[in-house]
Amino acid sequence: MSLFRKLALIVASFSALLLSGCGGDLKYNMREGVTEISREVYDLHMIVIWVCVVIGIITFGAMFYSMFAHRKSKNPNPAKFSHSTTVEIIWTVIPFIILIALAVPAVGLLIKMEDASNSELTVMVKGYQWKWEYKYIDGDDNLGNDVSFFSNLDQKSRDLSVNSGSGFSGTEITDENYLLEVDNPLVIPVDTKVRFLVTADDVIHSFWVPDFSVKKDAVPGFINEVWTKVDEPGTYRGVCAELCGKDHGFMPIVVKVLPQAEYDAWYAEKVAEAEAGPDLNERTMSQLMAEGEAAYNKYCASCHMPNGEGNGPFPSLVGTEVVTGEGSMAKHIDIVINGVSGTAMQAFGNQLTEAEIAAIITYERNAWGNDTGEKVQPQEIHDIKNGGGE
Amino acid sequence: MADHKPKGISRWLFTTNHKDIGTMYLVFSFIMFLIGGGMAMVIRAELFQPGLQFVEPNFFNQMTTLHGLIMVFGAVMPATVGLANWLIPMMIGAPDMALPRMNNWSFWILPAAFGLLLSSLFMEGGAPNFGWTFYAPLSTTYGPPSTDFFIFGVHLMGISSIMGAINVIVTVFNMRAPGMTLMKMPLFVWTWLITAFLLVMVMPVLAGAVTMMLTDRHFGTSFFDAAGGGDPVLFQHVFWFFGHPEVYIMILPAFGIASAIIPTFARKKLFGYSSMVYATASIAFLSFIVWAHHMFTVGMPVQGELFFMIATMLIAVPTGVKVFNWVATMWQGSITYETPMLYALAFVILFTIGGFSGVMLAMTPVDWQYHDTYFVVAHFHYVLFPGAIFGTMAAVYYWLPKWTGRMYDEKLAKVHFWLSIVFVNLTFFPMHFSGLAGMQRRVPDYAIMYSDFNMWSSIGAFGLGLMQLLFAWILIKACILKKGEKATDQVWEGAEGLEFTHMPSPAPYHSFDTPPKID
Repeated sequence: MSLFRKLALIVASFSALLLSGCGGDLKYNMREGVTEISREVYDLHMIVIWVCVVIGIITFGAMFYSMFAHRKSKNPNPAKFSHSTTVEIIWTVIPFIILIALAVPAVGLLIKMEDASNSELTVMVKGYQWKWEYKYIDGDDNLGNDVSFFSNLDQKSRDLSVNSGSGFSGTEITDENYLLEVDNPLVIPVDTKVRFLVTADDVIHSFWVPDFSVKKDAVPGFINEVWTKVDEPGTYRGVCAELCGKDHGFMPIVVKVLPQAEYDAWYAEKVAEAEAGPDLNERTMSQLMAEGEAAYNKYCASCHMPNGEGNGPFPSLVGTEVVTGEGSMAKHIDIVINGVSGTAMQAFGNQLTEAEIAAIITYERNAWGNDTGEKVQPQEIHDIKNGGGE
Repeated sequence: MADHKPKGISRWLFTTNHKDIGTMYLVFSFIMFLIGGGMAMVIRAELFQPGLQFVEPNFFNQMTTLHGLIMVFGAVMPATVGLANWLIPMMIGAPDMALPRMNNWSFWILPAAFGLLLSSLFMEGGAPNFGWTFYAPLSTTYGPPSTDFFIFGVHLMGISSIMGAINVIVTVFNMRAPGMTLMKMPLFVWTWLITAFLLVMVMPVLAGAVTMMLTDRHFGTSFFDAAGGGDPVLFQHVFWFFGHPEVYIMILPAFGIASAIIPTFARKKLFGYSSMVYATASIAFLSFIVWAHHMFTVGMPVQGELFFMIATMLIAVPTGVKVFNWVATMWQGSITYETPMLYALAFVILFTIGGFSGVMLAMTPVDWQYHDTYFVVAHFHYVLFPGAIFGTMAAVYYWLPKWTGRMYDEKLAKVHFWLSIVFVNLTFFPMHFSGLAGMQRRVPDYAIMYSDFNMWSSIGAFGLGLMQLLFAWILIKACILKKGEKATDQVWEGAEGLEFTHMPSPAPYHSFDTPPKID
């Protein structure tokens, strides 16, 4: 009977697949990760898999035996039984016991994972469409928010993917960190209990770093708590795990775990940077255009497209009233700084530096044949942001 | 009188006949299945290799959203309602459904609802793009203008489902032939009765969720907006209070189908009839208290997570009872392997594999790692494609000869089965791996380490899609071209339902003018 051979083949290939999933080749299985929690999670995962494999072998084994041995040509006279209270009770009770046995370690582990007390460092993680903001909260006064920065998908991945234009060329991609690299990674010290306060600015995102076994939703208006303590210095990569709009697939998370001394040095450098204040130097037109092109491609092009022509709900910037209209500069600046409420155009005022905003606006007003000749300087943006201007 | 049969277009527009309405549901569902499947092909084409090749991200999100909505509300649910319409009166010895005029309405609302939904593809700003779960605030504050059409469409689908469910409940309670006690009803009737209660209870919850969305969007309320005192997570609680029972709404009828087919081809009575009924009822009850297992990462109190974890794990017990009963039904039977049986067996095996990944997902600490990855996509496609859809296909092959009086092309049907089995596994099995390796759901592009898995999945999906065209041809051959040998009244040697023992093939337009006698 070729039928049975086919079935046997399917079973064989299934078990092969399943077993290869359980073997050493991590590509087919969950990563063990680099924290105590992630290793325990991995162990629990393997326990459940094996329990399922054993139950599967018994159930499907009985089923395939019956399919083979009790087929009509072999067993023309079917048996008459149609119930057995004893048997039915047994196969209700045994799974029940197995589940309790699985629940015990799961409960313990979960309670451990949810205990974020006694943390040594707190980082606020905030999701935006489509980037992350990291804010280091000082343990002593909770007010020393000196260090905070945004983390965006790196330009190389962006150019290959979201900015690849409407032609969608299907470029050959070989970079192993494609879509998993950012401009400013989150940096934390090794062997330190780090608490993340997770929230969002606009829609729900989810902060996920598989190697830490950390995943927590970032809900606008609410703050969630999750923690990790990493054993080994290194670079670990994750992604946003909740559908958050068009560029959901393009907001990776990169965490650099450094030895304490290196971390301290990095942190001191960041504090110094913050204290130096924004760069408000006057720029020439060509400087603004060059900086503007780079910043535009980084922050704006995925919605308004690299050619400025917009896409679907995102308006075109070529020859439109806000960009080229008489006296439209103030409106243009206002939109970039404060966003347009109720749309995907968010307030970039706090996300970008004064220099970046000035350069982007100048670029938009002069690129793609807009040629208004108008430019704006970082100082003007700074004044407007701080209540001055006009 | 008995063979009165209206003709022409008005037969279909104004019909109150359960068989005509059942047929229309099934045809509608198949068309939706092909449209939703076409969208899946767009998705899989884009994911065939890394990089953006065919569609831009926003359109990709529209495809995933509509694919999910169409498959759930347009393909799977109408298919099982169609089967209920055709089969329940025949199985309980009734002449028709209890509320035939309402039956006509509950069908004809559906094309209008899906017309609205699909028209949004051509609107400015595009179709809904926030996933079939339409989480707030992505769908409220940030949704495209067409979201209003989506909301109205969902209201209409809900009304249709509730009317269909009321009809089933009333029919089962009032129209049974004398002697057909509840505990003598075929399991398909039982599973549908329980499904109907689930529908009546949860569809209003969904209607509530979309109504709150509507008022948030247009009338200044803040149910789901924290800035106005609301809570985005409230949306998820309300949605999943509907959404979790919904998954059982899709799968319970398939349980009933397998419980009809396996005994027929094993030539043995269903093992543990009463425990099957109790298991189904327990699953339905449990489905109401586990909704938050879709939300283990939203930041619930640990006590809440523990409750939902343990309640969820408990579902494995009654589900296990059902699977073991099916295996025991086959044990020492006299089994033959016609196409409906093959589909029913594939259903049991693959649905069980989906159940295993379900147990894994139930474990909260590990769920943090699986949640919103392709592992979840693999899990629910294993329970929905080989579960709900193969279950429906098994039913169509099993009862088609009874409906049309002609056998389908068994050879082609076997080809359809075997290739579908290969492709369904090729499509969905690698998704377990890509999910475990870290690939998140609902992305149009991915890192290169997931390339191989996605390529396999895409090849499998194209094959699976192609196979459904073969299915269409098999159906056209049997139903429209009327090729194939005449079916006997009993059709299958071991078939025991009223429709096989008390009714000719094809089933007459008006069945059971006088109620059959049940011993």
